[in-house]
Formats: sequence, C-alpha cells, structure tokens
Amino acid sequence: MNLTLKIWRQKDAKSPGKMVTYPISNIEGHMSFLEMMDILNDELIEKGEEPVAFDHDCREGICGMCSMYINGEAHGPDRRVTTCQLHMRMFKDGETIHIEPFRANSFPVVKDLMVDRGAFDRIQQAGGYISVNTSGNTQDANSLPIPKADADLAMDAATCIGCGACVATCKNSSAMLFVSAKVSQYALLPQGQVEAKDRVINMVNQMDIEGFGNCTNTGACEVECPKGISLDNIARMNRELIKAKA
Amino acid sequence: MSKSKFTTIGRKILMALSGFFLMFFLLQHLTINMLSVVSPDMFNEVSQFMGTNPVVQFALQPVLIFAVFFHFIMGIVLELQNRSARSVKYAYSKPGTNSSWISRNMIVTGLVVLAFLGLHFYDFWVHEMTVKYAGGDMTGLINPNDPNSGYRYYEELVMKFEDPIRVIIYIISFVLLALHLMHGFQSSFQSVGVSKGKNFIKKFGNAFAIVVPLGFIFIAIYHHLQH
Repeated sequence: MNLTLKIWRQKDAKSPGKMVTYPISNIEGHMSFLEMMDILNDELIEKGEEPVAFDHDCREGICGMCSMYINGEAHGPDRRVTTCQLHMRMFKDGETIHIEPFRANSFPVVKDLMVDRGAFDRIQQAGGYISVNTSGNTQDANSLPIPKADADLAMDAATCIGCGACVATCKNSSAMLFVSAKVSQYALLPQGQVEAKDRVINMVNQMDIEGFGNCTNTGACEVECPKGISLDNIARMNRELIKAKA
Repeated sequence: MSKSKFTTIGRKILMALSGFFLMFFLLQHLTINMLSVVSPDMFNEVSQFMGTNPVVQFALQPVLIFAVFFHFIMGIVLELQNRSARSVKYAYSKPGTNSSWISRNMIVTGLVVLAFLGLHFYDFWVHEMTVKYAGGDMTGLINPNDPNSGYRYYEELVMKFEDPIRVIIYIISFVLLALHLMHGFQSSFQSVGVSKGKNFIKKFGNAFAIVVPLGFIFIAIYHHLQH
C-alpha cells in the first residue's frame, strides 16, 4: 500500500517542531508500524536526510519504549497493543497517517518522536519498591500464602510497562493510571504492607511535583493502555491515600 | 490538618464530596418543588418553614452556598491546571475514540449550570433575601398586613414561569445539568475510591442524572401551562 505520513520533526528539546509530510510506498499489511518507520528512515538516509528519531527496544510489546501518537491515538487505532505490535493492515491504501510524540509537559520531547519519560522513573524511585534484603535469607515463595484473587489483581497491575500512553491520551496529561498500577501491585500483596503508607504518599507527591494533570475519570487511559490496566487501580490508590492520610 | 488536600487526589476527593452534597441538595430541592404540583398549600407551608427556620437559614444555607462556590472554583482551578499540563497540543487527536464527550466537557456543562445558577439566584434567592432580611418581612404572606392573604411562595413560583423564554432557559440548563450529573455521579464514587459495584453505580447515576433534572423540567412546564 501507498501512504502519506505526516510526522512531527523537532531537532532537539529547545527547537520548535513542525509536521513534515513524507510519501511512502510498497508497505505490506503484515509489517509492524516500526518496520514501516525503519523503511522510511532507510529511504531518508539514502537521500542524505536526517532519519526520524523514535524510541524502540524489545519490539515485542513489553519494553514500553515505542511512544507514538498515531492518527489521534496513543499507539494508534488498535487496542491492547504497543506501536511495535501495531500492524500496517490497520490502515488503508492511500491513507494519511499523523504521527506525533506523546505530548505532556512532564514528557519533554528529546527529538522528533522521542520523549523523556524520566518522570515515571522518579515516581517509581519515590516508592515503587519493597525494602527486603534478598541476599541469603530469601523465603520460600509458598511460606507466605496469598489469596489467588489478590495475586491475580497484583499481577494485572504489575503488567504496566510504563509506556506513558495513559498520560499521552489523557486530556489532562494525568499519570494516575501508571502510578495507581505501581501502588496497587504492592498494596495487594502482604510484602507491600510494611511501606504502604509512605509509598502511596511519596509516589503521589512525586507525581504532583512532576506536573502531571488531575484525573477527571474520563476513562481514556484504560481504553488506550496496551496492557489493559483497569481504572479500579485508580480507585484503589485513592483509597490507599485516604487510609494513609487518615 | 490533613496534608492530602494539597495533592491532586486530595483536591479530587474534595471535588467529589462537594458534588455528593450538591446532589443530595438537588434531591431535597426537587422533593419540595414537587409539592408545588401535588399541593400548593403544602408547598407554601414547607417554603415558609425552610425560609424562616434558623437552622436552615443560618446553618444549612451557608454550607450550601460554600459548597456551590467551592465546587465551581475548584472545578475551574483544576481545569486550568489540567490545561497547563500540556502546552503543545496535538495537531491531530481523536478523543472520541476512547472517552465520552460528557466526561471531557464537565467544565462546559458546569459553566452553563453556573450561569443558570446566576439567573436562578436572581429569580428566587435575591428576592427572598430582599423581602426577608432587607424588608424585614418574615411573615411569608402575600400582604404582610393581612393575615388572611395567604402565603406568597406558590403564587411567586407560578408567576416566574409565565415567561416562555425563562422556561426554555431553565429546560436547556437542566439538560446540561443532566449531562454534568451523568459523569459527575459515577466519577465522584471513583474519586473517593469506590470501585465495587461500579456498573450499578453507573446505572443508578444515569437514572439519577435523568430523573432529577427531568423532574425540575416537568415542574417548570407544569407551572407555565397554568397561565
């Protein structure tokens, strides 16, 4: 298929960016979106032009690096996929595809489609851990019984890959879905109880310091999340914060 | 004092709590207004009670006014903060694919309801305050010097809805209120951390959001048709 790409080009964090149009041809439906970007970049390099910078790593939907806002949606029109898992068959021959970086003041553009998601790392560092010494005194996993339902919910929360699609898609650039997944995965397990209060307070404070917007419960994040993280996690984090402050 | 009110979540919780209070008030307001359809005498009696009871006037009324101001000022503050969290907007965005117009436009429906409140306060509240506290007439009578003249509340209510333009403005405002409540009801529960039974909350919220404003619309039309 032949496509017209409108891509955000921005030289560096300080320069202003703009949408630039690139025609591309001979794209197959089975290609992933990132393979299509690779072909475009090959063509640009052959022509002596600067290739489009974009983040990618695992290309199997678990690293959360490929941050693209495609045709008005985070990770494009498909559901429960990252950009690397998005197939070109989702698009029609002759279609114009708009590609922008994830936009939020807390995710500054580094170059073209690459954004700095260090804010997520700093939130995680503020409390997304348990302080257990695992050197030499590791417990047998079965010595601490955990109800299956709780283990499943904790695992669901832990599937968050920190890609930032929730922030990108939220009209308020809120990071609540990400932070609530990280709070929930520990809040649901006995190992997380020791630091539960400090964790939720510190992570929420760091989220606010980073300048993310407020959650207005539109639910857009849950729809666009490649891992299907539930809004129930946000309600759980709100409960955890109320408990911690009470 | 809890530090949580300074977090974004704390503000959301306060927004939800003031919302709960206002929704409860709406229900109470509708119940009393419905009396005007059922029995004008009963409506007059209850209006006189509400208008002269010191607990209602000097305890509940200030709380209500505070809740209204708090809810809309906080709503505007949150909206401004949220807008400033993304200074470079998307060139191409399709928010309709993942969220409802209602949930994204609470500020629009909220501001229309706020503008309506201005008119509503001018219509009824300012008049009440002028008669009772500036004029010193606490009798609630049509003619304060004639104890047999009857209470004025029902007559004033019916008079207000003579003007079809006012009725249309009221109807439009209540439709917007319905949209505001459709998201606001379930969103308030989510904000205070209630996620169990969320399907029921959503259905109940939608019913509340339709039935309550529809009741007010019915009353406005009913009294208009009496002319």
